[in-house]
Amino acid sequence: MDVLVCIKRVPAPGGKVLLSADGTSIDTRHLGFTIGPHEECAVEEAVRIVAEHGGSTTVLTAGPPEADEQLRYALSMGADHGVLVETGTRELDPQATATALTEAIRLLESESKPFDLVLFGNETADAGHYQVGVRVSRALGLPIVGGIKGIEIGTGRVSLQRDVADGVEVYDAPLPAAAAVKEGLNLPRYPSIKGRLRAKKSPVRTIRPEPSPGGLRTVRLRRPPEKEHETVVLGYGAEAAGAVVDVLAEKGLV
Amino acid sequence: MLLVIVEEDAGGVSAASLEAVTCARHLAEGAGLDLHAAAFGAHGDLAAGLSKYGVSTLHLVTSESTREYSPELWGTALAELVEHTGATGVLAASTDRGTEILANAAASTEQPFASNCVAIEPGDPWTLTRQRGGGILLEDAELSGRVKLASLVAGSVEISEATATHEVDVLEFAPTPQATMPHSAIVDRTSRGSGVSLASARVVVSGGRGVGSAEGFAPLEELAELLGGAVGCSRVATNNGWRSHSDQVGLTGTKIGAELYIACGISGATQHWVGCMGAKTILAINTDPEAPLVARADYAVIGDVQEVLGAVLERLRARRAAA
Repeated sequence: MDVLVCIKRVPAPGGKVLLSADGTSIDTRHLGFTIGPHEECAVEEAVRIVAEHGGSTTVLTAGPPEADEQLRYALSMGADHGVLVETGTRELDPQATATALTEAIRLLESESKPFDLVLFGNETADAGHYQVGVRVSRALGLPIVGGIKGIEIGTGRVSLQRDVADGVEVYDAPLPAAAAVKEGLNLPRYPSIKGRLRAKKSPVRTIRPEPSPGGLRTVRLRRPPEKEHETVVLGYGAEAAGAVVDVLAEKGLV
Repeated sequence: MLLVIVEEDAGGVSAASLEAVTCARHLAEGAGLDLHAAAFGAHGDLAAGLSKYGVSTLHLVTSESTREYSPELWGTALAELVEHTGATGVLAASTDRGTEILANAAASTEQPFASNCVAIEPGDPWTLTRQRGGGILLEDAELSGRVKLASLVAGSVEISEATATHEVDVLEFAPTPQATMPHSAIVDRTSRGSGVSLASARVVVSGGRGVGSAEGFAPLEELAELLGGAVGCSRVATNNGWRSHSDQVGLTGTKIGAELYIACGISGATQHWVGCMGAKTILAINTDPEAPLVARADYAVIGDVQEVLGAVLERLRARRAAA
């Protein structure tokens, strides 16, 4: 099984999000970066699948040169090859990102052989366009299902499982196939020291496609208006219990 | 002509779809265009439910190959319907399926798609606002293309009826069978059964780092049970293995819309906030009065989760015994 995982370098969650002076991007000067949480699970799953079925894991990212850091993190988790699709520091629209990834994958496949399984995150943690994986898969002629939290490799086929509002759905697809996965698929490992050392020395290949822009153009980013309100402190410790029960009663819950 | 995908709920058109219909009508009126709707595998009488909302025609996509859900086949069928009818825009609610079908149709037609919109204004290009990072940021953007596709976040548009009621023409559309296209197929579906689902629960009692352990969730379970609610948790709780990921509230978990959200020992990073900001009232219990979620909550109790919940449960049990 040769597995390809597409990841994205995104600002580390947790902090307050600051915007650049022109309002078209996130001010990243004081931020750390990470692999999107869905994609980290995708890398973990790929490494596990390869450990069980043999083959190799290739990790691909479209982004700025600094995304090398995220590729190396994936390598330290156990991925075998890293490929940087360098698309500059400005974020691309989803059609352009998909074109860049598709071109890069076609190039890699033309040099060796088609990947058996291609994994994406369900949506990127920052832009969240919910379509890049679908566009790439459809351009490559691969079936794809999103929201995946369970993958089982069969003979020439793959079983994909996802949570829906009222239960669980199971899909079947012929290999080669793609899936857009969600956090919860597995618990990603912490890279070992050995893994980190290996990742540091691994070569990362760079591809520089020049995709044309698509039809979605960002004008500006802004923070949603925050509701003006005061927090009512009901009390401290166990003595607040009466006030809590009053709130529950007021809501008609007890 | 503009096309809006409608999904069924209890034999009628779902509320989220009616929002998309209202938004699509606004776009159609602004551009002097007709408004059509499309439905897959519909069983109820959707046409009757659409007559008040300015939809002139309903296309029912009916074929053997699209009888069961398949993202690729439904998306390709939608792309074919778009070409067949000459639609210049397609809207749907941002449901799992709505988003997935639009993304597949956008890929088939190589047209642009803006997901998770909260507002769309007519013109060429459409000017729109969409959510990024689950709603941490808003993005103002322009969408231009021969066919524009967009999905609408539930709760962003107030449903309104058209000025006049029209009977809706119903047309059946049989897409070309895709014999050679590799595609997925749904093979099994299991229902959760009787339990209250996190996404639709009226009350969610949720725990984070401050709960301390898997066993520490026992009072949260009891409180949820007493209030007829569901138990949720933060990313820390799932990563520590205290709760299953399906309980996680947040950007990478479930977004809730509860009447009351009781956050126990959760500091409230942005990743968590976007999952619970849809709750009507938030009560935060935390030892740290400076925690972000305490600042954003309607009510707060400063104290240890076990201590506070223990006292609350004692009172609730006493009330129940007295009743």
